[in-house]
Order: sequence, then C-alpha cells, then structure tokens
Amino acid sequence: MAKKELLKVENLKQYFPIKGGFLGRTVNYVKAVDDISFTVYEGETVSIVGESGCGKSTTGRAILRLDEPTEGVVSFEGTDLTTLSRSEMRRKRKDLQIIFQDPYASINPRQIVSAVIEEAMHIQNAVPKEKRRERIEELLQTVGLQPYQADRYPHEFSGGQRQRIGIARALSVNPKLIICDEAVSALDVSIQAQVLNLLEELQDEFGLTYLFISHDLGVVRHISDRIIVMYLGKIMEISDKKSLFENPQHPYTKALLSAIPVPDPDKKKERIMLKGDVPSPIDPPTGCRFHTRCPYATEKCVTDVPELRTLPHMKEGHQASCHYIEEIHSGEMQPRDYSEKTKIKA
Amino acid sequence: MSTYKNILEVRNLQTSFFTDDGEVKAVDGVSFELPKGKTLGVVGESGSGKSITALSLLQLLSKPGKIKGGEILFKGKNLLDYTEKQMREIRGNDISMIFQEPMTSLNPVYTVGYQISESLMIHQNLNKREAKLKSIEMLKLVGIPSPEKRVDQYPFELSGGMRQRVMIAMALACNPDMLIADEPTTALDVTIQAQILDLIRELQAKLDMSVIMITHDLGVVAETCDYVAVMYAGQVVEFSDVRSLFKKPKHPYTVGLLKSLPRHDIEQEKLQPIKGTVPSPKEMPVGCRFSPRCPAATDLCRGRMPGLITDEQKNEIRCWIYSEEWDGDPEVNIYGEERIAEG
Repeated sequence: MAKKELLKVENLKQYFPIKGGFLGRTVNYVKAVDDISFTVYEGETVSIVGESGCGKSTTGRAILRLDEPTEGVVSFEGTDLTTLSRSEMRRKRKDLQIIFQDPYASINPRQIVSAVIEEAMHIQNAVPKEKRRERIEELLQTVGLQPYQADRYPHEFSGGQRQRIGIARALSVNPKLIICDEAVSALDVSIQAQVLNLLEELQDEFGLTYLFISHDLGVVRHISDRIIVMYLGKIMEISDKKSLFENPQHPYTKALLSAIPVPDPDKKKERIMLKGDVPSPIDPPTGCRFHTRCPYATEKCVTDVPELRTLPHMKEGHQASCHYIEEIHSGEMQPRDYSEKTKIKA
Repeated sequence: MSTYKNILEVRNLQTSFFTDDGEVKAVDGVSFELPKGKTLGVVGESGSGKSITALSLLQLLSKPGKIKGGEILFKGKNLLDYTEKQMREIRGNDISMIFQEPMTSLNPVYTVGYQISESLMIHQNLNKREAKLKSIEMLKLVGIPSPEKRVDQYPFELSGGMRQRVMIAMALACNPDMLIADEPTTALDVTIQAQILDLIRELQAKLDMSVIMITHDLGVVAETCDYVAVMYAGQVVEFSDVRSLFKKPKHPYTVGLLKSLPRHDIEQEKLQPIKGTVPSPKEMPVGCRFSPRCPAATDLCRGRMPGLITDEQKNEIRCWIYSEEWDGDPEVNIYGEERIAEG
C-alpha cells in the first residue's frame, strides 16, 4: 500500500529579524530554521528532536503559521498553506491542531473546561451548537476525565489532567494532524506515561497523525515511527526509529544518544563528550553547522554545507547530512581528540 | 573532633508548612545516611518533598515552613541545635548547595568573580585580591575557558552550561565536605548535562567530597549515585544501594516509576504507568501513602502506615509486603508479567 503524504515541508526557512541601531533597522537575523524539507505520511508519528535552539518548536509553529514562515512551501494534503489567506488558514486549522508544553499557560484560567473546548468547536463550527455539550462530555471521557468535570476551572486540575484538557480541545474539531510541542515534557514520569499511552490509543482510534516535538529521546523512541534530528536550524539526520537508535550515522546523533544517562547502573557505555556549547543561531557556523563541536570535522566541513544523503550501508529512507558518513562508518576516520571520548563507570 | 561513620545522618526529619488552611507535612519522618565521599541520590516526582528535604538540611526554609522535629547529624553533630550564626558558618563553607536554575540563583548585577569571592572573603578571610585570584583558579577548575576574562563578566554574558559551572565554582570555592545539588542539570540540554555531571564526578574525587544529588531523573541517579532514597509524598519509601534499586526494586512505587520510564536505550512494547495521581498534602491517605495507587494494596495497607523494613542487604523499604503482618497473597508479584530489569 502506498503511503499517503499528509504534510510536505519543502525548503522551509524561518528567520526572525533583530532590530537595532539608531533607526530600529533590521541589523541581522536569527536563522531559527534554515532550509529544511521533510514529509509526514498519514497515520504515522514523526518526531523532531534536538536541543534548545535547534528550531524544532519553530518548525511546528511555522507549519501552522503561528509565526509566518520566511520562505518555503508547507503542503497539507496538496494545498500550500503558506499561500492561504488568514481566514482560509484559520479554517484549515480544523485539520491541524497543536498541543503545547505548558498546560498552565495554554489554557485560559478564567474559562471553565467546557468553554475552553467549546471555543475551538465554535471557531471551526465543527459541531452544531445543541450537540456541543454532549460532545464535550464524550471528549472528556475519551481523554480519561469525567463528564462532571466540564464545569470546573483549570486550577482545579493537576498538570497531567490539564494536558488531557489540552488534548480534548485539540480533538474537538476532529483534526487529521496534531502537532505535539513538548506535550509531555512538563509532566512527572508516572503521569507522562499515562499521557503517552493516551496519545497512542487516540491515534489508533481516530487515525491521527502526529508531529511530535521533543527533546527527550526516551519519549521519542517510545512514540515515533520516524525521527528527524535537528541542530541549529538544520536537519542532521532523518530515519525510521529502529535504524536511528541502532545505527545512528551523524556524529551529532551519536553524541546526543551517548549523552543521555541510562537508568541501569551496570550498563557501561562509551560517552562522546561534546566540547562547548551550541553556537548562536544569529551567526551560525559556516559549512556544516556542527563542525565547531564535531570530533571529526575537517577543512571541508568548515566551508561546504553537507546535503542529506543515503549510503549503501544505510537503510532505505535513512538520511544523514555529513560529508564523512562512509569514512566514519568504515572506521577510516577516527575522532580527532580521542581523550574527549571517555569511558564512564569503567 | 568527634568520630563519625557517616558524614551525614538524617533521622526522622519533619518539615511542615503552616498555612491558613492548616499544617502541610511536606517532609514527614525522613531518615537516611550518607557515608563520607559517597553520593546519595534523592529521587522523587514533584511534590515528593525532595527539595524541601534539601532546604531543611541547610535550614534555608522561609516562612511558613518550619522544621518540626528530627535530627540532622553532620559529622556527628546535630545541626538543628545550631544557632543561625553557627549555621551561617556551615553554609557555603562545610556544606554547599547548587540549584536547578543557574540564572535565578546568580545575582545579575554582580560579576561572577565578585560572587565567587564573596564566600571566600567571608569564610576564609581572604582579601579582595587573593579572593579574585582564587576565583580565577576555581573558574579554571570547573573548566571555563579564559577564566581571567570571564571573572569580570556578568551572568547574562554566559550560557546556561557556563552559569552552572560558575555555580559549582562558587559552591566549591571554600572546599566543602558536602555538596547538595538540587536538580543541577534539569534546565540543561543533554550534551551539556553530560559535561556538568562529569565535572561534579571529577571534582568529587579530586576534593574527596560527599554529594547529595536531588533529581527526578532515574538515569542521572543510575550514573552518578552510590545510594538512593526514593521519596513519595513526603516520605522515603525505599532506601537502597544503587545497584539493588535498579536490578531488584522492592517498593511498588519504585517498580512503577521504572516501568513508566520511556527508555532510549532499549525497545519497549508499552509503558505501564502508575494509575492515579500523587495525593494532595491536605488529603493524605491514612495508611500507606501509595496505597490508593498501588496494584497490590490490601486493607492492611489502606488502614495503617507501614514502617521501614530492613532487608538482608541492609536496604530499607516502607511496604507491608515485606513484613510478617502482610495479609495479602504471600506470593504477590509486584513486577507484573515481565521484570523491568534485564541484562
């Protein structure tokens, strides 16, 4: 069965101007997202991972045009969202919903829950007025809350319950795609697991597609079908989950995976310690953006921008943007400063 | 100097907040010990009382919080008998603390050098010039490049990881015997977290320091700690050496936590969350505080609070299952169909 493309992002750029100087002119740009392309197929979960400032949340917001993208095409079921008028875009948001990270900030504290959910249905005219109450109660049950809680205020709920309200609101208009922007990051693990399981059940039940934005690779491994690794506004690697975790190709992905502490005191692992901090996206490094911290970087990495590519030893659909995938894979190239590669708990 | 086996022993610590709605027992009978030079992890979810425990150790609580009872034996002496003046001698000098948010715990209007110097001038009687030289040395120790330049910079000029390094430099300036790190890497990205954890580990060995690591991250615990106290609703429910805790957790809450955790290093079928939520401090269950969420709970659990039971490895568990009075299935399997720990 051919997979149906639901969302296609092509050459998306999001530059935020920096105003300054005497006349408040634009003096520079923060290149939050710089020319990225990817496709999301119907019914799958694609995750975008990366550290702060990599552009993962900006990507999600640009797709929904919560911030107008600077350049690029965002096709949703064949329609380029960037060409729609504001009112057309608003109507289109019926199909594309978002759940935010902070359930305390994303729900109006002065509205009762039913009003929060009804507002979405009202704007989209999704459900006839007289049926809305019934629908709200049904939605609350779907997300694991009780119908009588519809008349309560958000402050009466815990963080996990509020996130369920956010999910109910997103579901209320029967969307096709839900962008989950760090949707479980603020929750404690025992509650996080509840919400992750809920998201999975809802996906099966309603045939949803998720674009899941997260910094937590444990969560990402659990929920995703495919994963996009971003660094400083660029895609470093795209792959299906299994291939990414078992056979990471990009030096950044490898370092990122090795940096996460493992909840198993017996597991010895080799840690690739990255030097320094993420550079500023205002004047990002030339060539490969990762070259300032990469243990393999050469002259070429400083000058030439690597393209995403697949080599014979990689699985179909697995792409990485590094000049030396092959050399690193074969062992021909070794990390420059081997002392940086330390064994822990040896 | 008195003799002591453990650098820190906390016995039956009780800290409450006296609010208009009544007393909230944030820490309720917490006990643990920390041998010299070792690292103790205090792990728990929001509201478990782990941070309040840390603040209680240094008596940094502000109103309406108050330590109601218990003992905090640091090098054999009870800190709760100390006057505020004596405590001030201890803080920053014998016991230091670093916090989660390096931006809010550094003063934005002073240079980092000034802030490190401050404790040196107070505790070590150094003059301004000596303190600055020592500050530069400390910045170098925590791996900040060009420390001579950084010493005169303000916190806003540094990145998050750099600020946390400055916090560590400040905390270690007076060569403390014990460091309390309250979620030191939670606000940082993983690649930076790895650097900071590495730094703490390295300095701990170099300076022969004991560390209390307060965290919600079980991965951090597994990689940095020797002993672990798992906290739930103001109590320690399991106190164990790190290996036993991860290989054979005994308290159903610890088991539930480990089963809820999405792992990046292994493939998991489905997460098994703990049902329900943490009880509100105002409506604490009468019996075991975990009983409303526990899959194995019986009438005994719901009716009476279990005490700490010591097992053959000298680990402690607050659970009726391990007592002689247990009234449930003697073969009760708290691990579910498959064990969480493997390989």
